[in-house]
Amino acid sequence: MSNSQDTQLPQELMYTKDHEWAQVDDNVVSVGITEYAQDALGEVVYVELPEEGQKVTQNEPFGVVESVKAVSDLIAPVSGTVVEVNEALTEQPGNVNDDPYGDGWMIRIEMDSEKELAALIPVGDYEKLIKK
Amino acid sequence: MKQTLLHEEHIRLGARMVDFAGWHMPVQYEGVIEEHLDVRKNVGLFDVSHMGEIFVRGPKALETLQWLTSNDVSKLEPGEAQYSLLLNPQGGVVDDIIVYCIEKNKNYLVCVNASNAEKDFAWMKENSKGATIENESSLWSQVAIQGPHAIELVASCIGPEVKTIKYFQFRPINRNGKTWYVAHTGYTGEDGFEVFLPNDRVVEFWRDLLEKGADLGVKPIGLGARDTLRTEMKYTLYGNEITAETSALEAGLGWVIKFKKGDFIGKGPLESQKEKLTRKLVGFKMVDKGIPRHDYPLISFDNIEIGKVTSGTMSPSLREPIGIAYIHKDWAEVGKEFFVQIRGRLAKACVVKTPFVSTKI
Repeated sequence: MSNSQDTQLPQELMYTKDHEWAQVDDNVVSVGITEYAQDALGEVVYVELPEEGQKVTQNEPFGVVESVKAVSDLIAPVSGTVVEVNEALTEQPGNVNDDPYGDGWMIRIEMDSEKELAALIPVGDYEKLIKK
Repeated sequence: MKQTLLHEEHIRLGARMVDFAGWHMPVQYEGVIEEHLDVRKNVGLFDVSHMGEIFVRGPKALETLQWLTSNDVSKLEPGEAQYSLLLNPQGGVVDDIIVYCIEKNKNYLVCVNASNAEKDFAWMKENSKGATIENESSLWSQVAIQGPHAIELVASCIGPEVKTIKYFQFRPINRNGKTWYVAHTGYTGEDGFEVFLPNDRVVEFWRDLLEKGADLGVKPIGLGARDTLRTEMKYTLYGNEITAETSALEAGLGWVIKFKKGDFIGKGPLESQKEKLTRKLVGFKMVDKGIPRHDYPLISFDNIEIGKVTSGTMSPSLREPIGIAYIHKDWAEVGKEFFVQIRGRLAKACVVKTPFVSTKI
């Protein structure tokens, strides 16, 4: 078993209580699930993502990730338009387990309003959340 | 929450524990897929001590079991086991069980699902025809050893004589004055044994299996892989394929319903169902993308609901999604296509031959 607790969380990312991470680059936000989330889920066997151009809404599902046993919603950290989708996950969903912050990224969202970023959780607080 | 005697062993082995039918049980150790493949390729150990052991004894034992169960218990000789059902008066399923004949006419062990053990025990007592019925679940532990190397492993831990126990037979053995039952049964589709033994011996036995099986690639296996293994065989699971409301005939379990043996609970309704079944339990694969899951609706191409998924998963052996479903009889033939409604989307699927994988059993 992996020890998610001991793994350093990337300092430059923002997080959500639903265990997504968000990387903000000007007005584009890259989204994936955290190490903690992938570990809790187990081996990811299927990822369903929106298409480019689709609208997503903050705190609402934009896709699903499935392990052998379970189906989990993916929750959008911000509202906006999907500008890029990680198509590689269709063939290699295991990237979500192997490299959640890298090759396991899911979508990039062009956000509607930077104000929504205020709802995201900084790394220190997320660390506390998962250690509870 | 209840714990088996192997609870500490599971924690030490790094298991992820979950609540299963009121028991704190390992759902996985290293990962469901890996464990599943270990059982298909080598051998795996399952702690199934949470399952129930109910003994039916006395001069009225056979008569009672003939009334309570659907299969023909009079056919069982000592050392033989039989898959069977407890039915309700409507022909629905109370539980699926294995009946072990210890002594003909007067001593039988009934192994029942953990989630149903209390209910079954109450049901059996209520409908007994004068047998002595005792729930000894708390006295017994149970370990399943399953996989191509299972027989070799059990032989090295218990003795070479286990190799002479035929499939669906069992043997009592004596260990330090106590009786164990070594049964050549299982629910994975692989060859293997299920061993019933007294609680105070199970930790030692479990450790011995892990130690002697190291060269055979033995691994502890969680409930996650237990479920995917049985799904690949299209074995029914209580609560999914069979419930108090489902018909054993629709579930394809007609082979354990012996109408000619005499009267038994549920016989009448099942007999009148025979010619007018409207749905059937089938296996299917996806044509479009998506994984079918329990309770997803099946929709015909002309948009009529024609059934429901009972179990679905990504098959670790085939690396593609598989499902089991009740479907209207007009769509039940191999090759028939329909939609599975997955989160509002219609994904095409196709009835296939089952079991999904071929094994030695």
